[in-house]
Amino acid sequence: MSSLVSYFNKYEEAAPLAVFRIFFGIMMLWSLIRFWSYGWIEKLYLTPKFNFSYYGLEWIKPLGDWTYLLFIICGISALLVTIGYKYRIAILVFFLSFTYIELMDKTTYLNHYYFVSILSFLLLFLPANATFSVDAKYNKDIRFQYIPKWNIGVLKLLLCIVYFYAGLAKLNSDWLLDAMPLKIWLPSKFSVPLIGNLLGKEWMQYAFSWGGAAYDLCIPFLLLYKPTRKLAFVFVVLFHVLTRVLFPIGMFPYIMIVSAIIFFDASLHKRILVVISKLFRFNKTVFDNQSYYKPKPITVNKIKYTIIILFFTVQLAFPWRYLLYPGELFWTEEGYRFSWRVMLMEKSGYAQFKIVDNNSGRWFYVDNTDFLTPFQEKQMSFQPDFILEYAHFLSKHFKENGIENNAVYVYCQVALNGRLSKTYIDPEIDLTKQKESFEHKNWILPFKDEIKGI
Amino acid sequence: MKKFWFLPIIAVIAIWSCSSDNGGEDMGMDDDVALTFDRGAMLANWADNIILPSYQSYEADLAALKDAFDTFSTVKDAQNLVDLRQAWLDAYIGWQKVSMFEIGPAESAGLRLNMNIYPADVTLLESNVDSGNYDLSLPSNRDAKGFPAIDYLLNGLEADDTSLVNRFSTGADADKLLVYLGDLIDDMIQLTGPVVDSWEGDYRDTFVTNDGSSATASVDRFVNDFIFYYERFLRAGKMGIPLGVFSGSTAPNTIEAFYKEDVSNQLFLTALQAVQDFFNGKHFNSSTTGESLASYLVDLNTLKDGAALNQLINNQFNEAKGRVTALDTFRSEIENNNPPTNMLSAYDEVQKAVPLLKVDMVSALSISIDFVDADGD
Repeated sequence: MSSLVSYFNKYEEAAPLAVFRIFFGIMMLWSLIRFWSYGWIEKLYLTPKFNFSYYGLEWIKPLGDWTYLLFIICGISALLVTIGYKYRIAILVFFLSFTYIELMDKTTYLNHYYFVSILSFLLLFLPANATFSVDAKYNKDIRFQYIPKWNIGVLKLLLCIVYFYAGLAKLNSDWLLDAMPLKIWLPSKFSVPLIGNLLGKEWMQYAFSWGGAAYDLCIPFLLLYKPTRKLAFVFVVLFHVLTRVLFPIGMFPYIMIVSAIIFFDASLHKRILVVISKLFRFNKTVFDNQSYYKPKPITVNKIKYTIIILFFTVQLAFPWRYLLYPGELFWTEEGYRFSWRVMLMEKSGYAQFKIVDNNSGRWFYVDNTDFLTPFQEKQMSFQPDFILEYAHFLSKHFKENGIENNAVYVYCQVALNGRLSKTYIDPEIDLTKQKESFEHKNWILPFKDEIKGI
Repeated sequence: MKKFWFLPIIAVIAIWSCSSDNGGEDMGMDDDVALTFDRGAMLANWADNIILPSYQSYEADLAALKDAFDTFSTVKDAQNLVDLRQAWLDAYIGWQKVSMFEIGPAESAGLRLNMNIYPADVTLLESNVDSGNYDLSLPSNRDAKGFPAIDYLLNGLEADDTSLVNRFSTGADADKLLVYLGDLIDDMIQLTGPVVDSWEGDYRDTFVTNDGSSATASVDRFVNDFIFYYERFLRAGKMGIPLGVFSGSTAPNTIEAFYKEDVSNQLFLTALQAVQDFFNGKHFNSSTTGESLASYLVDLNTLKDGAALNQLINNQFNEAKGRVTALDTFRSEIENNNPPTNMLSAYDEVQKAVPLLKVDMVSALSISIDFVDADGD
């Protein structure tokens, strides 16, 4: 305990946090512009007639054409974060707008969006504008060359959690013993230069599986330990660029590469800041004022520490919530999201919904393309919470269109990691009678196989 | 140390900068066995031994239809009518073998939409005949042309052949009908010609050399089109919609070749057989097989549940064919049974191939279905 207290009293240059803030802001701005320029705002949020919501957050919906404004607000706040102008408000607006965007439709759920959300939440509590920011330039009361070390430590901790948990998730028999799903994915990447024709080899698929798991589990420690740090960073770049080449994972590799710079000593960050100040021709000497971050009043600090400790407790515990559910996690996906399970499954499905008029006995199948975009249909067809939400939507839709008393059944086939597709949902169950909850969905049929491991 | 630690980074960036988002460059194979399945060989087999010969045969069928029409318009008698009708049916059967190849030239020509939209819009058709003022290339006329329109003119106008021959020779609208029929056939020939030319010309190489594995590569795109065809045009169009499985009430008027009545099963079975032959890489009009989706699956060694996936898919096709063969004509199945239980259970067997293709096969081949342009993680 006393060592923890003394850790909280240690000081460190503020430069690493400033560099992190700048790169984070640039990455976010780039992500948002990229997202917009690909036409994804329209395609993913405005085109769908129906959006898949998170349980309990059904009120979060795309805002029609105002969605563009939301992206503009989010982008401006990312820019303000970068330059450190009105930082606290900017990062709060960024956190809220970005998180809102990600919650509008869970079809687009990505672990790296979740990462950005919680990272921006954490940044809310850090004095990332203490140096090398517009705020600090014009307000010497918040201009500090040194800040408590833990402010940088928490960012490292979050990155370590992401990697380590992603590594733990790979410790299962499909990944390690069957090299699944890489055995499916890699052979189709034969056109990648240099290594393309090796990707069809079984040993290569095993090497990638084991290498990937080892990388995720070890990299936090290699980055934390000074003698291995440079080598570890080489691995970080290598690994993420490789994943970028092999898989369509957007901005995630760049964000992770840039974030990993935080592990280096302050001296490197100071050099980066010198380069930036030369690039934009401004004098950074004003920030080298030798001043130490003034602690906030004790009650404010207490609240801040409590929130941060709670935050990390949740981060450490949340990925294990799947243990509370029966059945195979990969199959039911109960407790799958928000747990750093990245690129773990080749899972796809086919779902055909049957609407029955309980009064007349008349029935028909739904053409999913009438209601869903191809992306939504793809994601819906193997995730039970999507299936249930869609079934309820269908029931409501047909109720409004003349079939007052209807029942909805689904014929759903799902294939997981190279196994033959199996019936996924009990076809005898009327989904209109089932309620969404955090409890186990007992209408998911059993997996009838075993994936050993974490 | 300081100088060398970034060398791997440069190496990786070199790999990365060489690999565009679309991939697709061919790479030198080792001298010995191909390390991965040769997609190029499969594409060549599709193009040279299946797609092009099927199109050429179809083009010949249309030429024969044109000949039969010319003969009939010269001498309008019962025999020539029977021959014309047979030529129409032969071409219709030929069409079933090319309808699935809606990629490249056929896709840009919208061949399927122009050839076989049914049911025909009889009101529109008759008003076209009557006015003699129509442009068959307009999308608005798609419901009044192609095989379904000819079906109406040859099988739906009169109750028997004698009256039909009379209608075409001495009826008040005889000339107009004949002109329209001739225009319909010419339209089909004009649409098909460029598609065949294109496959005989440049498009073949465009198709075959695009042998990568990106979403725009030939295999990925065609497999998507192939499954789309199976689901939408074969399963739903020929059986599901007439059965009312998407609407809740049967719609016998939506049966393919509605007026001919007794050939809908045959058309369906021809199309299903063509799908299965394509899946197995069977050369057109031959028992030889080449590289195919089936051999690709074998190569990927997707042995599951004791049975190979290619075998499971073939078994399902066979089961579906068996069930449909045992049916009466679709029209009598639907009109004489309420509900049409036998046809519904045959439909179920046709349906069961969909998840096998769309889930199991596609996942084994690592092809993304309905290419979704978004990030993954």
